[in-house]
Amino acid sequence: MPLLDAAGFRADPWHRVAAGEPATGEAVLVGLAELPAVIAGRSNAQRVGVEVANTVRLPELSPFLGQIDLVAIAFPAFADGRAFSLARQLREAGFKGAVRAVGPVIADQFTHLVACGFDEVEVPDAIAARQPEAQWRSALASYGATYQTGYGAGASILERRRALRAGQGAAS
Amino acid sequence: MYRYDQFDEAFVRERVAQFRGQVARRIDGSLTEDEFKPLRLKNGVYLQLHAYMLRIAIPYGTLSSVQLRQLALIGERYDRGYGHFTTRQNLQFNWPKLRDIPDILDLLADVGMHCIQTSGNCIRNTTADHFAGAAADEVEDPRPTAELIRQWSTMHPEFDYLPRKFKIAVTGAPRDRAAIRAHDIGIQVVRHPVSGEVGYRLFVGGGLGRTPMIGKLVRDFLPKAHLLAYLQSLMRVYNLEGRRDNKYKARVKILVHEIGIEEFRGRVEAEFAALDPAAIAADPEEVARIEAYFAPPAFVTLPETSQRLVADRARDPAFDRWVETNTFPHREPGYAAVTVSLKPVGGVPGDATSDQMRAVADLADAHSFGEIRVSHHQNLILPHVRQDALHGLWTGLVAAGLAEANAGLITDIIACPGLDYCALATARSIPIAQAISRRFASAERQREIGELGIKISGCINACGHHHVGHIGILGLEKSGQESYQVTLGGDATENAAIGQLLGPGIAATEVPDAIERLVAVYLAHRREGETFAEAVRRLGIEPFKAGFLATPAESANAAA
Amino acid sequence: MATTKQKILLPAILLANDLLDGDVVFWTERGWSIDPAEALVARDETAAVRLQEVAAAALARGAVVDAYLVDVALREDGLPVPNHFRERFKIAGPSIRQDLGKQAAFAHLRGRA
Ligand code: HEM
Ligand code: SF4
Repeated sequence: MPLLDAAGFRADPWHRVAAGEPATGEAVLVGLAELPAVIAGRSNAQRVGVEVANTVRLPELSPFLGQIDLVAIAFPAFADGRAFSLARQLREAGFKGAVRAVGPVIADQFTHLVACGFDEVEVPDAIAARQPEAQWRSALASYGATYQTGYGAGASILERRRALRAGQGAAS
Repeated sequence: MYRYDQFDEAFVRERVAQFRGQVARRIDGSLTEDEFKPLRLKNGVYLQLHAYMLRIAIPYGTLSSVQLRQLALIGERYDRGYGHFTTRQNLQFNWPKLRDIPDILDLLADVGMHCIQTSGNCIRNTTADHFAGAAADEVEDPRPTAELIRQWSTMHPEFDYLPRKFKIAVTGAPRDRAAIRAHDIGIQVVRHPVSGEVGYRLFVGGGLGRTPMIGKLVRDFLPKAHLLAYLQSLMRVYNLEGRRDNKYKARVKILVHEIGIEEFRGRVEAEFAALDPAAIAADPEEVARIEAYFAPPAFVTLPETSQRLVADRARDPAFDRWVETNTFPHREPGYAAVTVSLKPVGGVPGDATSDQMRAVADLADAHSFGEIRVSHHQNLILPHVRQDALHGLWTGLVAAGLAEANAGLITDIIACPGLDYCALATARSIPIAQAISRRFASAERQREIGELGIKISGCINACGHHHVGHIGILGLEKSGQESYQVTLGGDATENAAIGQLLGPGIAATEVPDAIERLVAVYLAHRREGETFAEAVRRLGIEPFKAGFLATPAESANAAA
Repeated sequence: MATTKQKILLPAILLANDLLDGDVVFWTERGWSIDPAEALVARDETAAVRLQEVAAAALARGAVVDAYLVDVALREDGLPVPNHFRERFKIAGPSIRQDLGKQAAFAHLRGRA
């Protein structure tokens, strides 16, 4: 499935390893059940990622967060929003690696995904065909600022108001 | 009233542009109907039977005269010259074309309005007591809280794809006029019994629909500064744990019911403990900025009672009746809050024409500081009217056909659109309301019966609040015919209760007689000063059940 | 919604809502029409299955929404009248506002809901 981040579509460096297959390669994406063994047996340079359902709970992932570089969370349907909260929890727990949404998400959700801590999405071919890169880019540009503080990189509307007040206070 | 600043304005304009783009992408095939539908719903666009419907948010039910005039204009230019005020303090237009909706959204943005999150599985328009800022029993005006929630919940990145819709209501008074316990979250502004600090009491898991439930206490006292962090914790628990396997079990009320309120509270508190409330809260300057918009208008000092009003009432019996039913005590001496009834006898509950909207806007400018409220009883409210001016106001309302003296009475019926508009309906509701209203048209009789709330829904979704009606009517289909179930003993206030079924469904034509029989039981048994709801609480439903089930002939004998 | 598994009740017509206007439209020999009098009436299974195919294709193309078959009775003048009251309202317009909807536009629908 095509992979996309804020810069556009790009090649996927991650190699999905099915249960029972040898986890070889520079960057391997494995299931939660395989994860402890793969981490234990990895070479120094190898990057390890885990692919989980959106029903997984943070405590199941917490022990590994310092040792992995990618968490890929499945979206069974674009309207199933559990992964938004899970991604937030990962970020609040201090996870610094990449978070990926896997499944039929749509361009219109891109800002919400990024704001909740996702870096990239891996969408089915049919969606990539209907919604080319330009649509994802313009979706990202469709929000100047949002009301919620702490979501996304930019200042929230509340923070902008505060800055404006401070500016006015300084000027007067 | 809250007014958009540059940031709110920019935000809403962006959303209009976004929706315009989504419509274009639906047309060019970038979005499938399945993808587009949730997006249009989040912008208040439904498909009804005959046409699209557009639901406009009226945050916490507060409108300015300028906004109401704009709604009148939209109704004329893009609809059929009328709109429908709903139990959720929204306005619905029944005939807009999808191609026009982006332009309508622009007109709304011109007056600081939008349709964002008036539908779909997200946090909906936050509702509040329609007498906010006017009621004497208020601890605090709930609207600054509701506005804070409006902003925080608007396009919340984490909570825009919830298991199901999510409704929040706020009241600032111990008398609950916002039906908070029929909402997913009900918030009551309270004063701490020991410290005197103002904070919130929160209920969770109320809701109507096919499994009606009364909200349960989840937090007895929450400091004001913790509100957003607590809401975020609660929403996160719901977003992660709420059922997604069955849409009829997806509301938070089912989660609370299945795991129990103790367990639910524990999970919310655990999530809350891990958050930094200060990082999520609005800072005190921001709270003060919002509160300033809701500062009381420039009331003048007046005597408690207006001699002019006393004289006008003595002179004009029709006016006197209207004052008795349609005014509500104001906390400022010499003022009153006025209910503008949208329930003329035989009319469509909640409908107002564009001309009527303009008339109310003009009267609000003349007599109520330009402010209007929408009540969940589908009426309009002029919150701050000088008692001296009531007669002038009433004269204006009479001219506009808006002076029905029936607030809270048996003809002040709540009815959802039902099968006359709604694609989900199983039966009509409006004609039932009309028939009952005609039957009880006599002003004397209505006053003799006193306070009695009839609420009608055209299907199990319960948009007409029938579960919490003193008398509730639910339209269903039975063997290819419209059929109506009648419930008794519901209550939407601080005594919140779900009504009980009286018997098998009846035909539309039998409904007015059945209501007559219930009223007859009440009149026969009531004690001095006892309302219908109080009598039902005291007597239980059995005597009413007997009356309801009696054949028309039997009840004629009983009455004779 | 049209599902091929459901037993088809005959005679039947195909109706939908226009994507952009929302108006109720009927499948006719010449495509979609807003006039129920022009609706193509399927009198046998084969014709009804064809209507279902039209519905599926139209939904896939996205020109209409909520397309499905409705079983009807034919009035003396040939007008197809749905057997279920829901679709009778859907076609006529609000029963409480006879001045609105198709009942206002088409004389053949007045007083028939
Ligand atoms: C096109 C018209 C409408 C549609 C399709 C619609 C749809 C629904 C549905 C599906 C539910 C059930 C939700 C559930 O049980 O989870 C519901 C509940 C509700 N709706 Fe509507 N509705 C419509 C119009 C209205 C109107 C006109 C009002 C106000 C008069 C309204 C207010 C409510 C309220 C108060 C509830 C029940 C409270 C609750 O959510 O628990 N709706 N609606
Ligand atoms: S109760 Fe049913 S019929 Fe009435 S508006 Fe809600 S969904 Fe429609």
